[in-house]
Amino acid sequence: MSATTKIKVALAGKPNSGKSSLFNQLTGLNQKVGNFPGVTVDKRTGIAELDEFTNAEILDLPGTYSLYPRSLDEKIVAEVFADRKGVHFPDKVVLVADTTNLKNCFLLLTQLIDLKIPTILALNMVDVAAKSGMSIDIKVLASLFDVPVVFINARKGQGIEKLKKMLLQPLKASDKKIFAIAKEIMPAVEMVKVELGLSSDYEAYQFLQQKDHYQFLSDQQRKFIKELGIQHNVFPGKYQGAETILRYGFIQEVLNKIVIRSANPEWNKRSHQLDKIFTHKIGGYLIFFSVLFLIFQSIFTMAQIPMDFIDSSFANLANYLSKNLPEGPLFEMIAQGIVPGIGGIVIFIPQIAILFAFIAILEETGYMARVVFLMDKIMRQFGLNGKSVVPLMSGWACAIPAILATRTIENWKDRLITIFVIPFMSCSARLPVFAILVALIVPDDYVLGVFNLQGIALMGLYLLGFLAAILSAWVMKIILKSKERSFLIMEMPSYRMPKWSNVGYTIVEKTKAFVFEAGKVILAISIILWVLASYGPSDEMNKAKEVVHAQHPELKVSHDEFNNEVAAYKLEHSYAGIIGKGIEPVIRPLGYDWKIGIALITSFAAREVFVGTIATIYSLGSTEEQSTIKKRLQNEINPETGGPRFTPAVGFSLLIFYTFAMQCASTLAVVKRETKGWKWPIIQLVYMTTLAYVFALITFQILS
Amino acid sequence: MVANNKTVADMIPGETAIIVGFSDEEIAVKLLEMGFLPGTAVRFNFTAPFGDPVCVSVSGYDLSLRKDEACVISILN
Repeated sequence: MSATTKIKVALAGKPNSGKSSLFNQLTGLNQKVGNFPGVTVDKRTGIAELDEFTNAEILDLPGTYSLYPRSLDEKIVAEVFADRKGVHFPDKVVLVADTTNLKNCFLLLTQLIDLKIPTILALNMVDVAAKSGMSIDIKVLASLFDVPVVFINARKGQGIEKLKKMLLQPLKASDKKIFAIAKEIMPAVEMVKVELGLSSDYEAYQFLQQKDHYQFLSDQQRKFIKELGIQHNVFPGKYQGAETILRYGFIQEVLNKIVIRSANPEWNKRSHQLDKIFTHKIGGYLIFFSVLFLIFQSIFTMAQIPMDFIDSSFANLANYLSKNLPEGPLFEMIAQGIVPGIGGIVIFIPQIAILFAFIAILEETGYMARVVFLMDKIMRQFGLNGKSVVPLMSGWACAIPAILATRTIENWKDRLITIFVIPFMSCSARLPVFAILVALIVPDDYVLGVFNLQGIALMGLYLLGFLAAILSAWVMKIILKSKERSFLIMEMPSYRMPKWSNVGYTIVEKTKAFVFEAGKVILAISIILWVLASYGPSDEMNKAKEVVHAQHPELKVSHDEFNNEVAAYKLEHSYAGIIGKGIEPVIRPLGYDWKIGIALITSFAAREVFVGTIATIYSLGSTEEQSTIKKRLQNEINPETGGPRFTPAVGFSLLIFYTFAMQCASTLAVVKRETKGWKWPIIQLVYMTTLAYVFALITFQILS
Repeated sequence: MVANNKTVADMIPGETAIIVGFSDEEIAVKLLEMGFLPGTAVRFNFTAPFGDPVCVSVSGYDLSLRKDEACVISILN
């Protein structure tokens, strides 16, 4: 094969301009999501083959209207274009513009032109514009901006080959100079330009304005620019308004010359009519709650079959390995620690995939912006934001992608509160715990003929989690002080049919994020917990078989039941068992004994581990069959009272505990990363555990 | 700053007006970027169920704004 050359191409443009569709068209499945160094903004990159000798590394930048950032995502864009020596600085930029709304798309283009960055203008959604009756003169457009222009239809994949050919051609930066910098600060601009070796005035001007956003500046450089700024009385935002007005002035002139026929204002009528329905003061909420209900139902019913399949496959694999691998601690760890650990991660993939399929569809159609619009006022009462709705909904599947989804919230306080309360939303890992306990203590009866009591109890728990989230947010709103203003200046895109391949890419991306983010923590902790649960002071562990044999002479050695009793004995005397017994005095007021204590500890990696631990400790072997566990738990006797161990009081106390408690190590790890420190995850852990303890205590004391 | 104190927040659904200025610099820079330029027309489309936020059209597309933001934009009509 001949040597290939590689060029770096960045896709830029405003949100909803079709950037992601173009990215998917160019790269197909050759894409990966990483992080920009030091920040937690998703970095989507992919490889596009331009011809047999040339590959392009495509970087899909977060959507932004201009170089002046409002959110964390947008800061990255400013930084990528400013750091010419940085690894992400592109050789060429493709600016994706929504042809139905050129004015707004051109703002960033004019800034890129002033930065002297070689740019191709890709006009997307020409078909929609044409339908609206609009037509534009592409030749005049190219000459007015002095940039190459290409028509594309990113959804249908038209114009992509032409764009690739253009990317192969040498590309020079535009010669246009659109924005004239105010004379009084030119001396400062010149000095920054010389000191940092920059190529254009506008670049230096950006450094003066945005030094605080540029992470790549050394302290010395930042200090230099800062002092210069003070000397010349330049402060961030001072000239920004004037700059924007000037740029729009230029853009209007361009539009006057290129638009041969402007859009018929009637074309968007259908979207407005739909808005009347979707944002109706009663109908709008009814539709929204129906959508929520549909998502909810789907998560639980559609996911059930693949989840059962994954569950039994991993259980069989673990069993098979246990029986067929040679003896030894390493193989035991593989069969009993690592394989079930991975199974515990994979099992959530169906629910997460389904949830994100729905969210992607709602976003693709433009409905999500209406949800934000509908819910903003209500959410604000509780210190949240219209944009908190999607992350909170995602929290029903898994807190990890939910927390990642808060990145679109510009205001830090709103975002922090959203992150803080997301783990209260009952995630799919709580469901196995809920299911077994509800089945145990709530009769499978119907009230009024249709409402199943167990179903009502389950719904009540979800509602309780939601209330805890909302009320905690409200408390935080009062406690936290913030100078940063919250705002909601958001585009309402026209309604359209979703593009299914984009939905597919979103599912893949989010699922990957979950598997790798949550997965590594869950796996690591499951291994640690496996060690704690399998090892103990050695003489006790070694005696296990003899002791069980002495206690149960009727059981045959090597019989399953005997092995289960040994496993239970070992767990009791393992380090986890010792810790469980150690915390018994603390959890006794909640109605729990040391056996439940062990399950509380092992389920810290992930809540669903509770079920498996309970199965082991009540010597059921590795079965997770609900009815078996249920029967065993029902027969368990509390030696102090002589009655059943799992009374309704204990059961409800446990349910309440799991509704509120953090009990998820991967969530803590993600919160730590997103809030850049241990402060918030620790506060969250303490707060949620305290809340769980207090309410479980109250529940038990009232009911018993 | 503007003699007429009417703002976008005072408009009724279906009403159209011309933007004349802003009374808050911090939000103004953001609004300008989104196409709220002095001299351009703004159309008030509808409000959310509790009267806030509001949906307006400006520079050829639809946007949602909170009342707090809408009342920063002075208009003439």
